[in-house]
Amino acid sequence: MTGTPAEQPAGTGTETLDTPLLEIRNLTAGYGAAPVLHEVDLAVPAGRIVAVLGANGAGKTTLLRAVSGLIRPSRGQILFDGRDLCTVRVEQMIRRGIAHVPEGRGVIVELTVEENLRLGGLWRGRRGAERAQLDEIYDLFEPLARRRRSPGHQLSGGERQMLALGRALIASPRLLLLDEPSLGLAPRVIAQTMELLRTLRDRSGMTVLLVEQNVHGALSVANDAVVMSLGRIAVRDSAARLRTDERLRHAYLGF
Amino acid sequence: MDRFVFLTFDGLSRGAVYAAFALALVLTWRAARVVNFAQGAMAVACAYAAYSVSAATGSYWVGLAVALVGGLLLGAAVERVVMRFVDHSTPLNGVVVALGLVLLIQAVLGMIYGNEFRPAAPPFSRGAFQIGGVALLSRFDLFVFAAVGVVLLLLALLFTRTGTGLRMRAAAFAPDVSRLLGVPVAGMLTLGWALAAAVGSLAAMLVIPTELGLHPTAMDVVFVSSFTAAVVGGLDSALGAVAGGLLVGLLLSYVSGYLGATVAPMAVLALLVVVLLARPGGLFARASARSA
Repeated sequence: MTGTPAEQPAGTGTETLDTPLLEIRNLTAGYGAAPVLHEVDLAVPAGRIVAVLGANGAGKTTLLRAVSGLIRPSRGQILFDGRDLCTVRVEQMIRRGIAHVPEGRGVIVELTVEENLRLGGLWRGRRGAERAQLDEIYDLFEPLARRRRSPGHQLSGGERQMLALGRALIASPRLLLLDEPSLGLAPRVIAQTMELLRTLRDRSGMTVLLVEQNVHGALSVANDAVVMSLGRIAVRDSAARLRTDERLRHAYLGF
Repeated sequence: MDRFVFLTFDGLSRGAVYAAFALALVLTWRAARVVNFAQGAMAVACAYAAYSVSAATGSYWVGLAVALVGGLLLGAAVERVVMRFVDHSTPLNGVVVALGLVLLIQAVLGMIYGNEFRPAAPPFSRGAFQIGGVALLSRFDLFVFAAVGVVLLLLALLFTRTGTGLRMRAAAFAPDVSRLLGVPVAGMLTLGWALAAAVGSLAAMLVIPTELGLHPTAMDVVFVSSFTAAVVGGLDSALGAVAGGLLVGLLLSYVSGYLGATVAPMAVLALLVVVLLARPGGLFARASARSA
């Protein structure tokens, strides 16, 4: 992760000379007149998991919504692969390789499991995701395979999580934006989710921007982490250091 | 008994038209969460266009095609030019704008065609076949059933078997999530309005020859019956619209036949009140609360 020298402790092994896959510069954004985010700088290198931590209302969700175009920044730049995202329409983001699993997961509960998954590949045309892609997802999330024809509202929280992730993965995104995947899930399921993210990164080089309140879970897989507070980035460091540095943990993460 | 059988078939035939018109209301509702009170006036406008073209070409079928294509175009135009700019934070805004459209369309039609009834000839004979001495169905009734059946089938195929149908449903249920998945939500909304208006035009083409003829307000009474049908069916359910349409058609037919035509509108009102009291969500309401 790049950062200003003052904020970036030397020797953490997080610097990279390459252009980051996602680069947010001086971003100010919000709803209506009042900005939620103030002058946020963040760089997400390719093939890494970057965790965004912080309390409720710190601006984590707003940050993701700005990246995927659901809200437009009043100032600043968002670059994906070196190209400006701020003029790209939301509907085009998936074609650029950005998948956003929103707060609350965004499973369309009126549609069946299979329809939700097909929707994930529909931007490629025809009738949506191909059989082989669907089977891949069903292999990855076996409980979904048994519930293909069930409407989304019959799924448990864990199954919805799998469906939301599966639907995003069908697009084979380069950047996955995940908003609180662990919310409302059992610890075992959270651990499985984090393990899956680790596998996706290590095997297919997927880049993940992971918004979490579950600090333990997020830091267990993230390479780097930022802590947001009142719409600004308060701390940025490697996940390893945040895990071990007691002073930082006490000050910003409350444990 | 003969009278009962006759009234039943008559009611089903009228009900099929109400079903189609109610289905058009449901399509708009599902796509946009708006009850399109201008649907009757829009359908009449398309029927006038069909009438002009039929008169010029001598072919009913060219006119019918014009009505359907005109419906698609008019529906898309109403959404793109008018409804898109209505603040839908309260449902009343859409209703008021739609009523404004009704006045506009009816006034323009009156200026072009005059406010008098013009005869609209059916493409098939309305003389009923006698079966066992009872006049049951005319060729035109069969045409009505076939046309409504084909529309139902095509819509069912569209929504359950095609990518576009899946996109339309997703866009209606969860616009933001759908956009993130690459669905052109605004386009789906326009398509929903276009399809609904085309189905509404078809219903007008099917019902106008059985009534007094073409008039700018020709669909007003049909709208009331079909709106009742759609609400009775739950407004969200295609199956409900069809069942509601047939129910209203039968009710109107029985009440007119046994009690007198003047009582019929009261019966529709009574049905609406009873259903809303007993099942406020309509007969086919689904109990799936949105939570995500």
